Amino acid sequence: MSVTATKSRYQSAEFADRLRRRYAAERRFRLAGMAAVGIASLMLVVLLGSIVGKGYTAFWQTQIRLEVTFDKAQVEEGNTMPLLRQALYAVVPEVTDRAGRRSLNELLSSGAPYQLEAMVKANPALVGTKQTVWVLADDEVDQFMKGFIRRDVPESERRLNDIKIGALDKLAAAGAVKSAFNTTLFTAGDSREPEQAGIWGAIVGSFLTLTVTMLLSVPIGVAAAVYLEEFAPKNRWTDLIEVNINNLAAVPSIIFGLLGLAVFLGFFGMPRSAPLVGGLVMALMTLPVIIIASRVALKAVPPSIREAALGVGASPLQTVAHHVLPLAMPGILTGTIIGMARALGETAPLLMIGMVAFIVDIPHGLTDSATALPVQIYMWADSPERAFTERTSAAILVLLAFLILMNGLAVFLRKKFERRW
Amino acid sequence: MSVQTQYPTASVPPRAETQVRAGGPGVKMVARDVKVYYGAKQALKGIDLDIQENRVMALIGPSGCGKSTFLRCLNRMNDTIENCRVEGLIALDGEDVYGRTIDAVQLRARVGMVFQKPNPFPKSIYDNIAYGPRIHGIATHRDEMDEIVQTSLERAGLWNEVKDRLREPGTGLSGGQQQRLCIARAIAVSPEVILMDEPCSALDPIATAHIEELIDELRENYTIVIVTHNMQQAARVSQKTAFFHLGEMVECDDTEEIFTNPRDERTQGYITGRYG
Amino acid sequence: MQIMALLLVLALLTVIGFQLGRSRATASVGGRTVELHSVPSYHGFYVALWAGLPALLLFALWTASEGWMVMQMVLAGLPGRLTHVDGQALSLLRADILNLAHGVNTGRVPDPAVAAAAEQYVRLRSLGDWSLLVIGSCLAMGGLLFARGRITPDLRARNRVERTVNVALVVCSLVAILTTIGIVLSLLFEAMRFFAAVSPIDFLFGTHWSPQMAMRADQVGSSGSFGAIPLFAGTLLITAIAMAVAVPVGLMSAIFMSEYANPTLRTWLKPILEVLAGIPTVVYGFFAALTMAPFVRGLGQAVGLDVSSESALAAGIVMGVMIIPFVSSLSDDVINAVPQSLRDGSYGLGATKSETIRLVVLPAALPGIVAAVMLAVSRAIGETMIVTMAAGLTANLTANPLEAVTTVTTQIATLLVGDQEFDSPKTLSAFGLGLVLFLVTLTLNMVALRVVQKYREKYD
Repeated sequence: MSVTATKSRYQSAEFADRLRRRYAAERRFRLAGMAAVGIASLMLVVLLGSIVGKGYTAFWQTQIRLEVTFDKAQVEEGNTMPLLRQALYAVVPEVTDRAGRRSLNELLSSGAPYQLEAMVKANPALVGTKQTVWVLADDEVDQFMKGFIRRDVPESERRLNDIKIGALDKLAAAGAVKSAFNTTLFTAGDSREPEQAGIWGAIVGSFLTLTVTMLLSVPIGVAAAVYLEEFAPKNRWTDLIEVNINNLAAVPSIIFGLLGLAVFLGFFGMPRSAPLVGGLVMALMTLPVIIIASRVALKAVPPSIREAALGVGASPLQTVAHHVLPLAMPGILTGTIIGMARALGETAPLLMIGMVAFIVDIPHGLTDSATALPVQIYMWADSPERAFTERTSAAILVLLAFLILMNGLAVFLRKKFERRW
Repeated sequence: MSVQTQYPTASVPPRAETQVRAGGPGVKMVARDVKVYYGAKQALKGIDLDIQENRVMALIGPSGCGKSTFLRCLNRMNDTIENCRVEGLIALDGEDVYGRTIDAVQLRARVGMVFQKPNPFPKSIYDNIAYGPRIHGIATHRDEMDEIVQTSLERAGLWNEVKDRLREPGTGLSGGQQQRLCIARAIAVSPEVILMDEPCSALDPIATAHIEELIDELRENYTIVIVTHNMQQAARVSQKTAFFHLGEMVECDDTEEIFTNPRDERTQGYITGRYG
Repeated sequence: MQIMALLLVLALLTVIGFQLGRSRATASVGGRTVELHSVPSYHGFYVALWAGLPALLLFALWTASEGWMVMQMVLAGLPGRLTHVDGQALSLLRADILNLAHGVNTGRVPDPAVAAAAEQYVRLRSLGDWSLLVIGSCLAMGGLLFARGRITPDLRARNRVERTVNVALVVCSLVAILTTIGIVLSLLFEAMRFFAAVSPIDFLFGTHWSPQMAMRADQVGSSGSFGAIPLFAGTLLITAIAMAVAVPVGLMSAIFMSEYANPTLRTWLKPILEVLAGIPTVVYGFFAALTMAPFVRGLGQAVGLDVSSESALAAGIVMGVMIIPFVSSLSDDVINAVPQSLRDGSYGLGATKSETIRLVVLPAALPGIVAAVMLAVSRAIGETMIVTMAAGLTANLTANPLEAVTTVTTQIATLLVGDQEFDSPKTLSAFGLGLVLFLVTLTLNMVALRVVQKYREKYD
């Protein structure tokens, strides 16, 4: 192996050739990495794109303008649907047969009479007068106006028959059809009728659930973290607790649902579908997340701070309460928010404890039957109507907006209070 | 420290092929006006140095003086550091190492390196040695590879200690053995120059003596540049010594000259132990 | 209502107790607080603890046991023809009473005796809540007065308060242990009841799963309909598909981000993966069911393949996408833990970047990467929403990813959603599945966490 021989080796054409191949492999590898990142990004774009694409139309809802006579007798009877129908028939006088009128009836939402009743309740003087009112259209009308039901397919395959389309064209020509912001979506509870269904009930349910979760998991989690990080002796027992917490963080969420079902509902006899139970289950689930995040935050506080406090005669507890905990607070807070965001998106355990019921009323207390936003999404996703698909996507967008808000807050807190020791 | 190279382009723009005539016969590598910047901070302020063939050149100086930085320029290891910029000329056998005819992979095969902390790969002793020959396609047959592994270990003086446990992990060896394994690993690719960055700083005196002996033997076939903190070591192993101070090369001469008769008072201050 | 009132009273009394304790301590030494053993605020905390803690403990015990005790009293008052029945019917009776009491419409006309019992239940609960309010308030008041009376300058208030706080901290750290115990016990207990009806051998090795059939009285516990092999196979199939997506993409993303991407690119790529990780699983489920499944089906039809609309492939791919960020962030950690010196050693020998990664970094990081994959597998096995929404319900024993399969979690969710009798083998089988799921994921997690820990120690 003489020196001259080695020189020729690395400067030979053979080596150069091999080097070319090695660099080609290098480029391929790098390309594979870019492809992986590209796939991940692409999936995110497709996912969000498909949801926005499906859901943005749900924020608008078709309404129909009618000239309604508030007939005294029928208003008092609480039977206002005929009033609306009469007003509708008046717009399309040429449809007179039973079947045709039944078709016309189906143009209006079954919730439209409630609008009239609400108007009368707000202003009793309306009784006996003739008013112009905008009422909710049926969900299929809404889908038609949004262009999801096409008019160029044969009538037999269309969800809207020719009579309905004819009437709608006439209404539209008279400016009596409009697309308004869908306030129902944000103010109503669940409903079998898409145009009357909203997510407010689910949002309140989620809020109540998360409140319970936070009130339980944050104090307990921070206290546990403080004990384990600051006071616990290092022995087998605390090792066990530590291993246990790490494992608990990786237990599938549905198992926590089974725990809730067996213990809180089965053993303690707590009510089904209640935010209280949902909150308890979620609290147990987020507890490990908060403990782990808090321990990391506590660990980041340098020992010199503790020594300084102990040095001026503070008790260990005072040291932690006055110095260590306040300094670790931003980190704990960030971890808490992230844990809460995770709990907000969690669905499976809530299915187990019956928060998956069809609930129209807005919940008012911790033991009222309620559902949660992700569960509402799950239930709507199962509904066959196109209008519900649209609303499911809209509900997802609202859920994502909340999550972005929470995570944004966490990032903001981290940036603002981040401290390098 | 994270790795941020954009292979094969170096952090220095490729230049036209330059044939460097400086140096003269017997000169393996030359450095002319080498400046290195880490971001805005200048680490080397124009180094001129000739490295002679089959000699041991020691680079000494207080910590932070730039001797390791300079060493890492010689085989372009600085390419792997973010924000690091190299200016000036470094040539191997008259060829600009930052030029077009040599690329980093080829250069590092010709200019090997041994690091401060022994860093055997978490593989078997055999695979540690075979790693370089494998990636460069040096051995085509199993027998050839066996031979390369054996000769490399023999030259590094490790063969007798490990010949019965070639399949055991290299991380299981003692510190001194690990460092000799790393030297054997560098030898296995048959480099022309071996750079050593404080190779004994993590070792005990006996292991250090072993390595020093080894360096002396290796001089026969290789050109060696060694960075050291230890002036006795520099005196023991090297024929030439260069003294670095605050990013400058203060003086370079025969080792004996430097230690007995330094021309610069900074050198004198350093070797007499007034600072460092 | 009463509960809120009690909590309010307690909050108020603790605040008052704090003020009283502090002022009394100050007064006891005539304002020269240096003569006190502990500073006045500790005396305040001392009194506050005495006011709040006993009452809170009472509150916790009471609310935990009230439901059960009231139910026992109600049952005792019922005619024997209703209560002298076997355990299963008794728990049905309990459920009926609870449903009536909570105003849940069961759609059945209740037995008048049961209806009366439900009314009595409501009455007793309300009575219980009121007595809790009264007794709790008295207890808090008593505690406050007692503690206030004990305040002297020599009272070691700080030590006492700190000892109490310490105990509270320990109790809090035990909650995690209690949760695990609760999970194990509840799963074991319910699964035992299931295994009393269905033999564990039939459950674990049977190949036919149709729990609905067992609803018919003559088939309760009939063997064969609870064979869980198709569920395990379905879970494995979907998990395998998910891993086939998540491991290469996640690992290569991690490599690209930690070894190739420059800092600017990284600040853009990291949030993308973080967002992907933050999306709730129900959203992935919706995406799988409404976008991915039709897409896969359409693709299959285009090449002449018959793809089920609930194919394992669609659910598996989406689950894989969900797990990409998980694999990527875990691998990122282990890759970054590989010391730079190893990379330098490889570069110094003239290796290219990809050679260094493939031949040095990845082998060195292998234990950590294996652990990451195990955690990802555990995550995939336990994932519920995606499969519930996008995978099938029929238990097919097949390895064809284009067909519909069902999984353990899907079955647990569907068996327990909606109205259910708590004691039928159908519902109990969910706990049997839950037990298996828990044990499998626990084993994976334990081993993986252990490997990761060992790995970290090696390079720290």
